[in-house]
Amino acid sequence: MYEFFFVLIPRYFPFLLEGAVVTLELSFLSMAFGLVLGMGVALGRLSGRKWLEWPLAAYVEIWRDVPLIVQLLVIYFTLPSIGLTLPAFWAGVLGLGLNLAAYLSEVFRAAILSIDPGQRAAGLSIGMSRLMIFYRITLPLALRIAIPTVGGYFIALLKDSSLVSFISVNELLRNGTIVISNTFRNMEVYMMVAIIYFVMSFVASVLVRHIEQRLTPRHLRRKQRSGKALTARPAVMP
Amino acid sequence: MSARILTTEAPAPGVPTAETVPAKPLLQVRALHKSFGAVNVLRGVDLTVNPGEVSFVIGPSGGGKSTLIRCINFLETPNAGEIMFDGRLLCREEGNVFKVEPERILRAARSEMPMVFQHFNLFSHRTVLENVIEGPVMVKRWPRDEAIAHAEKLLAEVGLADKADRYPDELSGGQKQRVAIARALAMRPKLILFDEPTSALDPELVSGILDTIRALAEQGMTLIIVSHEMGFARRLADVVHFIADGTIVESGPPARIFDNPDNPRLATFIRSILH
Ligand SMILES: Nc1ncnc2c1ncn2[C@@H]1O[C@H](COP(=O)(O)OP(=O)(O)OP(=O)(O)O)[C@@H](O)[C@H]1O
Ligand SMILES: [Mg+2]
Repeated sequence: MYEFFFVLIPRYFPFLLEGAVVTLELSFLSMAFGLVLGMGVALGRLSGRKWLEWPLAAYVEIWRDVPLIVQLLVIYFTLPSIGLTLPAFWAGVLGLGLNLAAYLSEVFRAAILSIDPGQRAAGLSIGMSRLMIFYRITLPLALRIAIPTVGGYFIALLKDSSLVSFISVNELLRNGTIVISNTFRNMEVYMMVAIIYFVMSFVASVLVRHIEQRLTPRHLRRKQRSGKALTARPAVMP
Repeated sequence: MSARILTTEAPAPGVPTAETVPAKPLLQVRALHKSFGAVNVLRGVDLTVNPGEVSFVIGPSGGGKSTLIRCINFLETPNAGEIMFDGRLLCREEGNVFKVEPERILRAARSEMPMVFQHFNLFSHRTVLENVIEGPVMVKRWPRDEAIAHAEKLLAEVGLADKADRYPDELSGGQKQRVAIARALAMRPKLILFDEPTSALDPELVSGILDTIRALAEQGMTLIIVSHEMGFARRLADVVHFIADGTIVESGPPARIFDNPDNPRLATFIRSILH
């Protein structure tokens, strides 16, 4: 116990935190990429253009049917063979982002489809342009519907980003295993890693709930607070 | 409800008004066709609306009433025919080719003939005030504070001054519809389209909306109203159009349409609706 608190922690905790920072960077960048691409794919599939529909549908299907870890390995090991060498970190962002986008595109598509078409008609009937209707009406309404699910995916992503340790990105889990190979203190180190993941996920879920509240119109807020566990976390991620 | 709802300025002395000059039609629809797939919903509709006129469109369910007024503002794109609004051809036949003006022109036209819907269609994520100023600020690009001042005046006139900061789902159906009317008026429109504005309301809320619409008509606003409120139509209409199976079967002043229907289909319809 003494050794844990006064030797292991001071010596290795900063190194683990460095890994945690990389985990956060990975997660935020993949999330940003996944959000933009996911919305793009959703809009592409809703645009009613046949030539867009089938490739996008194929993308979503394939990326949801192959395990994330396999996707990461494929990206990491095949890209160089077609002359595209990405640093492991960026290969990780690409892999996580592509995977997330496949899921988020379905979340956004469902959210947009669930909006009453009358909202759009009302926008058109006062002369709003399609673009204006998108960012003034469709997007805010869709985001409000999607936010709890998207938040759940973000929290899952924080944890699933640990898979990129397999392609040698020095994030939290990989730094943990490095520490273990130096100290042979499996239990204590994994415990520290677990605590750091817990703190990150916990803070993230508080933030997500905060954002949900901000996006909820004032008169609906109180009702929601009592109905807890709004952030639907996907039970199984990719 | 005697408040002035139209806040357009009175015409300057000497300026001809609708009464002094035989007006050019505000809206002229010719041979309008619309089909959904194989279903021909409109099969050659002709309709003329003069400024200041109140036109009612009546007819059996599925006859194409909604489709007609949704084609007039291009919420649906017609397949053939001609629509002239405020001196501008929005769609026409050239040779055998049907041409529709570019979206930009259609948008400008729509902003001058907003629609009030059966189910209100208020923007659910915006307050009452935000609903009303959305068009003026985003479409007409008016300064926000001017738009707000105008919106507050309109809301006061429809009796909802105290609801400006409420969200649509905090309002009754009747209140929602009055917000929708204020939202339409905020565009300073030349024409307002109503698609069964009272059909989704509880019976005790209907007369409030009818009063609001009547006040608009009395102030000279041009209205096209699809409605099943026959008593209302009889009192308010300048012209009633009876539409069935995609064509206007009969048009005329309410007295003739309701009291002396010479067309047998119209007669049957009137009888069915009065019971
Ligand atoms: N978007 C659409 N796609 C396919 N068919 C449609 C569409 N809109 C309307 N129709 C069809 O067109 C016909 C006319 O519909 P419309 O809504 O114009 O009738 P209506 O006179 O307004 O009837 P109601 O009194 O029931 O509102 C109906 O047969 C309807 O099924
Ligand atoms: Mg209808």
